[in-house]
Amino acid sequence: MSTTNNIAQARKLVEQLRIEAGIERIKVSKAAADLMSYCEQHARTDPLLVGIPTSDNPFKDKKPCIIL
Amino acid sequence: MAAEKAEMDVLKKECDGLRTQIEAARKAVNDGNMTSAAGSATEVGRVQLKLRKSLKGHLAKIYSMHWSSDSRSMISASQDGKLLVWDTHTGNKLVAVPLKSAWVMSVAFAPSGNLVASGGLDNMCTVSNIKAASPKTLRELDAHTGYLSCCRFLSDTEILTASGDTTCCLWDLETGKQKIIFTNHIGDCMSLALSMDENTFVSGACDSLAKLWDLREGTCKQTFSGHTSDINAIQFFPNGNAFVTGSDDCSCKMYDLRSDQEVITYQDGSLNAGVTSVSLSNSGRLVFAGYDDFNCHIWDSLKGEKVGVLSGHDNRVSCTGVPADGMGVCTGSWDSFLKLWN
Repeated sequence: MSTTNNIAQARKLVEQLRIEAGIERIKVSKAAADLMSYCEQHARTDPLLVGIPTSDNPFKDKKPCIIL
Repeated sequence: MAAEKAEMDVLKKECDGLRTQIEAARKAVNDGNMTSAAGSATEVGRVQLKLRKSLKGHLAKIYSMHWSSDSRSMISASQDGKLLVWDTHTGNKLVAVPLKSAWVMSVAFAPSGNLVASGGLDNMCTVSNIKAASPKTLRELDAHTGYLSCCRFLSDTEILTASGDTTCCLWDLETGKQKIIFTNHIGDCMSLALSMDENTFVSGACDSLAKLWDLREGTCKQTFSGHTSDINAIQFFPNGNAFVTGSDDCSCKMYDLRSDQEVITYQDGSLNAGVTSVSLSNSGRLVFAGYDDFNCHIWDSLKGEKVGVLSGHDNRVSCTGVPADGMGVCTGSWDSFLKLWN
């Protein structure tokens, strides 16, 4: 019966919303501060931020040396 | 009939009440946003990455790519019916895996580097051993009733899939059977990302929602709204407490798990193209987002500003990925090329 299905679905939805409503939440300002802190801490070791010296660049095409 | 209607009314009222409760709880912790907090962060300046290699080999649109955990091999999938494994340092092709079905939408490398998985409109996830003399099909995971949009290995014995049938699924590769089915989305699941500790994962779907799941219990723990169209891409921020999404609504968003809400949106009035893919640099500061406008735009994840662009593809950028060592970014496109930038 579609009505029984609807009720079953509605019950499931209520159960799901109860789970989601019950969690602890931290302040957005704290979340943002933590994200910023992580970025600052790891900035120096992020090759795409710091840059990669040519000699260490794994993707750079290595041209053969020509001895003149 | 009357009794059932009465129960429905009670349940509906309870749903509405819970929704209001959740919104109120989110509002209560919403004491500021990322942009204002990031006022004190150092500027990244203009990020100008150079094209280092253009990988030519596919004969049709590339739909997906995935880095190996060694940061050197990379696998790509094209609707020319092939998976190609590349040595990104030399640009050479290492392995070609012919596909039974050319309509591939996703490809993944197992952390071990021994196995690869792919799937698409065939509704299946095919797992192959690429370390054998010639690629050998190990398993055909066949139970989804919709297309396979994304797959990610937990190990050589477990894989997670996302499908157009609105479910995600955890499979046991030793038996080839489904272990857990994750149901809650009401639209096609388009993308998933595993947390570092492999206890949870996030999924993005065409219902414009992102969801956090408990991998072992099979339950949906949190639902994140905000996008106004399909979420096509999702990636964890490296600290594991946040994730970034890319959507057909032309924006990317960062959501924080612990405050249970969106903390920043990456969008620009001049960008009117859907986002197909997202990846982050190792510090999490840069977001690489592939768009339908043929470009990969680079965003400052903290300040929400566009800081660069990777231009060069002649068609939609369908996939992007940063390797574990963070030494570059790979973009794949419908123009059949993969490009490496750093």
